[in-house]
Amino acid sequence: MLKGDDMETAQATEPAVRLDRVEPAIADRSDPAAVAAVQVPPVFQVTGLSVTYGSHLALADVTMDIRSKAVTAFIGPSGCGKSTFIRCFNRLNDLIPSARVTGQVLYHEDDLYSPTVDPVEVRKLIGMVFQKPNPFPKSIYDNVAFGPRVLRRKDELDGRVEMALRRAALWDEVKDRLKTNALSLSGGQQQRLCIARCLAVEPDVILMDEPASALDPISTSAIEDLMHELKTDYTIVVVTHNMQQAARVAEMTAFFSVDVGEDGQRTGVLVEYDETQTIFTTPADPRTEGYVTGRFG
Amino acid sequence: MSTRDVELLRGDARPSLGSSGRRWGEDGIRALLLVCACVSVLTTLGIIIALVQPAIEFFREVNLIDFITGTRWAPLFKPSSFGVLPLISATLLLTFWAAVIFIPFGLGTAIFLSEYARPGVRRVLKPALEILAGIPTVVFGFFALVFFTPFLQDIGLGLETFNIVGAGVVIGVMLIPTVASISEDAMAAVPQDLRAGAYALGATRFHVATRVVVPSAFSGIIASYILAISRAIGETVIALIAAGTIARITFNPEEGAASMAAFIAATGVGDVPTGSIEYKTIFAVGLTLFVFTLVMNIFSTRLVRRYREVYE
Amino acid sequence: MTSTSALGSRRALTQDRVINWLFLSFLALSLLVGFLLLGALLVDVFRKGVGELSWSFLTNPPSSLPSRAGARPAILGTIYMMILLVVLTVPLGVGTAIYLEEYANKNRWYNRWLEINIQNLAGVPSIVYGILGLAFLVRGLGLGRVLLAGALILTLLVLPTVIVAAREALRAVPDSIRQGAFALGASQWQVVSRQVLPAAIPGIATGAILALARAIGETAPLLMVGALAFIAFNPTILGDFTALPIQIFQWISRPQEEFRHKAAAAIIVLLALLLVMNAFAVWIRNRYERRW
Repeated sequence: MLKGDDMETAQATEPAVRLDRVEPAIADRSDPAAVAAVQVPPVFQVTGLSVTYGSHLALADVTMDIRSKAVTAFIGPSGCGKSTFIRCFNRLNDLIPSARVTGQVLYHEDDLYSPTVDPVEVRKLIGMVFQKPNPFPKSIYDNVAFGPRVLRRKDELDGRVEMALRRAALWDEVKDRLKTNALSLSGGQQQRLCIARCLAVEPDVILMDEPASALDPISTSAIEDLMHELKTDYTIVVVTHNMQQAARVAEMTAFFSVDVGEDGQRTGVLVEYDETQTIFTTPADPRTEGYVTGRFG
Repeated sequence: MSTRDVELLRGDARPSLGSSGRRWGEDGIRALLLVCACVSVLTTLGIIIALVQPAIEFFREVNLIDFITGTRWAPLFKPSSFGVLPLISATLLLTFWAAVIFIPFGLGTAIFLSEYARPGVRRVLKPALEILAGIPTVVFGFFALVFFTPFLQDIGLGLETFNIVGAGVVIGVMLIPTVASISEDAMAAVPQDLRAGAYALGATRFHVATRVVVPSAFSGIIASYILAISRAIGETVIALIAAGTIARITFNPEEGAASMAAFIAATGVGDVPTGSIEYKTIFAVGLTLFVFTLVMNIFSTRLVRRYREVYE
Repeated sequence: MTSTSALGSRRALTQDRVINWLFLSFLALSLLVGFLLLGALLVDVFRKGVGELSWSFLTNPPSSLPSRAGARPAILGTIYMMILLVVLTVPLGVGTAIYLEEYANKNRWYNRWLEINIQNLAGVPSIVYGILGLAFLVRGLGLGRVLLAGALILTLLVLPTVIVAAREALRAVPDSIRQGAFALGASQWQVVSRQVLPAAIPGIATGAILALARAIGETAPLLMVGALAFIAFNPTILGDFTALPIQIFQWISRPQEEFRHKAAAAIIVLLALLLVMNAFAVWIRNRYERRW
């Protein structure tokens, strides 16, 4: 049985996933499509990435590739730097004056942190969904239309909005009240609206920072279904607190942990990165095993 | 190899981070906002230059020591005399009488609001205090001259028409909301646990207020006093209307005397010729007043920052 | 005689009760001092001034004859001043607030210095601003004793208050809104102008109105830039002017009792104007305030 200590109470009521029933998407190596997917060049290649806040090393020396058109999950205990890490992909850490990112992140073959790259351009291609749904205090329509408007893609705005809402499986619920305030939606709807808002920008990659941790189980499963849907067209990176969620949605899983230094500083490190099935069934590192079997967390 | 070259070589339609060049519009807006922010820097510089330059000229003609230690202020008489002490003593006396009012009653109001008032009462009292704080000083001046001083005369005090105690007390009343609101903020910052701990030991409301809340909020309360003192020192119109414009050293609160600010305003209203020694006195006295209030303000912001740091 | 019970000596209890009672009386007195005087002030002003309020008081120019004196130039001067103040303070104040909250890197010394500077400016006595106006605007620039000089000096005077209020309103907009907008590829200015600023407008408006209400009651700086009290014509921006507080001050300074009543009447007009502004600010706050 899986027993994460940090399981949300909402999920605790669900039947626990048994290890032998985890079915990552590429379980079957004979599936030619899946094998082809692996051969596509990675979307991101991260080499020796570290993040410091002032003098505090928050994340140390991460090296990994992110696979295209698949879901990659980052799991690990609180403070392991997984949220810090995911914010490196759309340069959201730039907004924190004291944050410094060293190492290299290649997006396709472009250096994401090259001085000639404009972070605003990065964020047009790499969308993000946050832990707590954060719709703008405006109408549903204006929320989705915000991206196209700031990118000056105002042609067929109505069509873009409808398309994004449909892809986020929200259209049928809101099509009659597009002008109502987004804050009147339920939490789950708000989060799908945030996904729709992100899709309307037509990104290449979608980053999700614990997208379901503030939601009830039904909304959570709606978000997970959506991830399954979206990965045919988008590369998805998801941070999650919830191991079963990683097991359900991700092809690849990275496990992060915390190193506590002699001075008490907590630094996140990448422990292991592999196919989700491997991480959950035959992890190479004892720390991963301890975490996924619930001995530590 | 640049991004574009790679793309050309590969020739496929993968998404690219083609750099959009510098965002001139964004830079322009940033510069414009910075210009707005610089207005306040220019104001400070302007104040300093406006005060210091004529003051230097003033002190070429008048000995600095005579200015600071002289007990006679008579710029218009022959022979003229420029001792600033009468103006300073009147300013401090007004401040003293104001403090007699705002120190106990400002604190009492804050304690009541923070520790005793029920939410409904607070909802009425806080806006009422805001109204009191929003009344223009000229109205208080009118009140001091036309109502309060005659009232004190009626109950048997031998006040002159222009007097220090009437003006000072009204300044004190005017400053009660300032003291109350800053002190109450400091009291609100005292953690609820501290109060609960004291109540658990059987303390009464009085004990909690006086032995837990007030000591914990002490630096905030002192900050509110210093700020109020600085306001009282700089208060112009009430002093001008109700305490008069005669420069003299007197410790009799029933007499009137001109404060620094009142002197500046009284001289500024008249059409003194630019460059005359009389004109320059405005700046010499203004600089003295500015230094007084600046020291007070620096002190009080330090204290406010301290109590914020303790509990946050 | 002391009789002791399980809950302590009775004398201690009575002593406590007396102290409590005294303390409560002190608190009550504290409130009374403020509010009693406020009440007395309002009653006195109304008793003296209400009889003077009439259409001709509002529309007549001042006069050396109390029976004919009115406040029209002063009222107009105050209204013109308000318009100029809105036009000048709001862009400058909000611009500075946006710079400090949304753009400035707090780790840089000059930005910290900027904040300390604004804090200190808020504590400078208004008469010192008057000196600044006299030295630079009236004499230095040779603008003369005109309405524009008065408006400019009041702008500088209330700017710190407007900046502080606008910063608080901007700070109340949660960071998740900014991050959400940035994550969609919006530039810094797009984030500010399309999300943060619209969400902060009610707070900014409330703070700005309250600051303006402060400004139009100011007397000392206007005395220094020489608002003349005795103008029989309507004020113009580049001409001699007066304003309500100045008119009140001048009438108070007259020895005749009738002019004191004129002053009381003008105070009623000024307080009514301030009350309307305050009520408007409170209305905006209650109507649009958002709890995040």
